Formats: sequence, C-alpha cells, structure tokens
Amino acid sequence: MHLLGKLPWSSLGSLVLIAAVVGGGAAAFAYTAGWLSPGRLTPERMIEALTPSGVTPLGHRRNHAKGICFTGTFEANGNGVELSRAKVFLQGRYPALGRFNLGTPNPNAVDATVRVRGLGLQIAADGEVWRMAMINPPFFAVSTPQAFHDLLIASGKKDPDAMKAFIQANPEFGRFSAWAKAAPWTASYAEESYHGLNSFIFTDANGGNHAVRWSLLPAAQPVPISQVDLEKRGPDYLEQEIAERVRTTGPLRWTMVTTVADPGDPTADPSKAWPETRRKIEVGTLIVQRIEPERDGPCRDINFDPTVLPEGIRVSDDPFPAARSSVYRRSYDLRAAEAKDYPRTGAAKP
Amino acid sequence: MIKASHRFTLVQRLLHWLMAACIFAMLFIGAGMVSTVAPEYLPLILIHKTLGVTLLGLVLIRLALRLYYGVPSLPDDLPRAVKLGARSSHLLLYGFMIVMPLLGLGMLWTASYPVVLYGGIEIPALLPQSDDAHTLFWNAHVYLGFAFFALVLLHLAAGLFHAWVRRDGVFGTMSLARVRDRTTDGE
Repeated sequence: MHLLGKLPWSSLGSLVLIAAVVGGGAAAFAYTAGWLSPGRLTPERMIEALTPSGVTPLGHRRNHAKGICFTGTFEANGNGVELSRAKVFLQGRYPALGRFNLGTPNPNAVDATVRVRGLGLQIAADGEVWRMAMINPPFFAVSTPQAFHDLLIASGKKDPDAMKAFIQANPEFGRFSAWAKAAPWTASYAEESYHGLNSFIFTDANGGNHAVRWSLLPAAQPVPISQVDLEKRGPDYLEQEIAERVRTTGPLRWTMVTTVADPGDPTADPSKAWPETRRKIEVGTLIVQRIEPERDGPCRDINFDPTVLPEGIRVSDDPFPAARSSVYRRSYDLRAAEAKDYPRTGAAKP
Repeated sequence: MIKASHRFTLVQRLLHWLMAACIFAMLFIGAGMVSTVAPEYLPLILIHKTLGVTLLGLVLIRLALRLYYGVPSLPDDLPRAVKLGARSSHLLLYGFMIVMPLLGLGMLWTASYPVVLYGGIEIPALLPQSDDAHTLFWNAHVYLGFAFFALVLLHLAAGLFHAWVRRDGVFGTMSLARVRDRTTDGE
C-alpha cells in the first residue's frame, strides 16, 4: 500500500496542520535564537563594538587584551565568615591565580594610553572556585550593559556629536569622565586599587543575606606620575616593572575589603558608589608571589568570568555580571578557536 | 526480552513525553541563552547544565527499558523505505540524546570552567583544558544542536502524520491517552 493511501480531503487538512506545527516550531526557535531580532544585544554585537576597526587581535581576549599573569596566595583572616559561608573566607591560605591588565582590546597598546587598569583573579578554596575581574576606577562608567555598548559605539565614531549625544542620554558618564581626567596615574600595577564594582549577595551560615561590593587595596604607596612621563618609560613598562618589583622586593600585598550595603543603597547600578560611611570588613590579603608568562602561562586558559562563584556568594540585581559572563564566554570561545594565531610557544619567561 | 506488545509500557511512554518536553526546552534554552547578555542568561545556563546532565541519566534508563521491554512493531503496510527511515531516525535521536550532554560537559571541562549544577552539585572535570578540543566540542554542540532540533521536528511531523493522516496505530503506541484510529475502531 502506498504511504499516503487514498488521500481524503480531511487528511489534506491534517497535512496543512502538521506543516503549521513544524513551521511554528521552527519560527519560535528562530525567534529564540535572535535571528528575527536584529536589535537584540547579543554577545557578538558587544564584541563587535569592542573591536570595531576590523583589526581584531586574533587569539587574544576581546577586552583587557594586554596583561601579565601571576600566581600567589589569598590569606583569609576569618572575618568574612560573618558575611558569607563560602569556604574562601574561613581562616586559611588558598591558591590564587591572577592577571594584571589594561582595559583595552589591543594587546599591543602603549601602557600610557590606557586609562583603566584591571585585575582578574581566581581563588580556589577546598574545591570551590571564585573568579572575579576588577578595575581601578571606584565606580563604573555607565549604569547598564546597553549603555556600555552605546558608549563603545559612540566613542568609536569620528563625529564629535556622537559622544555629546551619548553623554546626554547617559549623564552618569560625567562622573567617570571627571575621574578619568582628575585621578592620578601611577607607574605600577602594584600601586593601584582594584574594585569589584558589581554588587553580589553574600549568604552567611545562618542564611542571612548581605549585599556586598569588594575592593583590593594595595600595600604599596601610590606614587603619582604624569601620563607624559609614563609614556617616556616605554610601551610595555607596567609588565616589566611588576616583574622587576616582585623579583627585587618580594611578594606584593593587597587587602581585600568588603563593603556592606545599607538598605536602599543602589545594588543594580555599578556607576553609583555607596557612601564612604558604609560598614567595611577586611576579609583577607592577596599575596602576589610570582609573575608568570602571559603567552603560555596559567592565566591563558582561564576566563575570569565574575559569575564563577563559590556557594555563599551569588549575583544580585546588578545586570553586569550576567552580561560580562555572556560576553566573556564568547570571547573565550573565539580566542580558543584562534589559538594558532597566538601560539603559546616562543615566549621567554620574564 | 518480553514479547513486543502493541504499545510501549506506561513507564516508557511517561519517560518519552517527559524527555520530549525537557529536550524541547533544552534546545530553546540553548539557542536563547547564547544570544543574550540579559540577566536571564545566568538562570538559563544553570537550567541548561542541570537539565542536560539529568537527561543524560534519563536516556540511559530509557535505553535499558527499551532493551528490556522491546518495541512495538511498525505496521506491515508501511513501505520498506519508510521503515528504514523510522529506524535510522530513532537511532539518530538516541545518538543525539547521548552525545549532546557529553559534548556540553566536554566543552566546559576543556575551557577550565567548573561545572556546577543547580543545588551546588559539582561535576568533576574528566578532561584538561584544551583550545582545540574546546573548539571542536563547542562547534559540534552548536551544529549538532541545530540538527537535533531539525530531527525533533521531523519526528514530530512523522508522529502527527501517523496520528492524523495514516491513523495506523503508530502514534497510539506512544500516546498517553488511548487514540481511536483504524486499528482500534474495530475493538
């Protein structure tokens, strides 16, 4: 017998219905995947905005592309237990891996041309991994991931009105501009404070929740330097300096300070700093013991995704960690696929 | 093996429809989560990982049940080519159900991500970081995901064709409710 047999009219209706079910399923899938929504802010669009000029640095991180890796220890003093049951806050020493970096998509940028410096960090405590990525401004440039995308687009345009229009639409950027103009430069990664900026929820052993931001404050005294003088020291001065500093003066230290929000403090907007009077708890010390090679060192395999969190820390209503996670993941996938364009071998140990 | 009956057992049918709903959800969540930077990204990826590992467990149970209880035979009047298509598409469906979660785990392991599921359950890494393996697994997971979805739609269309057009009892072997068709009309 033929597959369809003798096809009555009612079966024709059924065939149409089946086609509609399949077509509807495919259309719903296409919508979900964003194929019907060119306006959706996808990780691809964010990365495109980061590297607009067509000179994509293959094999490198799509932002904070220039950096230098280190290994060391996080020494928890036990005070953090009050805020979070994460094992990393139990008094003890835990292995740390991190990366000093510059906020630029260009791995060959001249150090003195990059205003924002960062620190990616991973602390492993008894099977729990905590990753974070901090920067030196005390608040973020904009309030939302969409605004960050718009900032990248506007600042990449030659038209001066583009930035004017952007600032009009995102007035919080004014605070960041003022910081960028006024804050002193330093000639060392060791003299910078690194701020987490995003709010996270810490959960203590009794189930109590606390909205928290954290910073790493350097033991080294910051010595201001003009941008011009920094430029004279060479394009890669910062990574040379930090390697030299660790070699000659030994391990470098930062105190990790957590700041606890009062009820009503803005947790969803990292461009709004909390008042200075908020309760601060020192939870431990980051000790940088060894500078590692960047090209084939242990940082290369790590995506410093700020949503890789231990039990006892979770994201808040701050939209940035999710956005960063999504974009960093895409960046990692891209650079892993391009590894041959940035070979691991051939790099001398600093 | 028990003699093949004219219907799948209740536990097989329940498992089929439970997994069907979950796989459908997985495919949509997967396509949606990688195309957004919105806060939903994080819960979606957590569900995707947790459900993926759960489905890997379920498909193994399902295969064991299939081996034990057997499969109702297809109607005799179904053309040979269609029977072959049915058999190979089921083989492919099972292949996807096993391979997709393994690729998902593999691509996370080879990118040095800790695999933490809902409830803080951690899956230990069985593979070291590798750019090449990560790229291979990631591409395979994505493109096989699209192929899986296409095959699921084909499977759905075939099931509905049996139910609404041929009315030959094939859909009834897997349906939860009794279906009236030309094989049951005379009962």
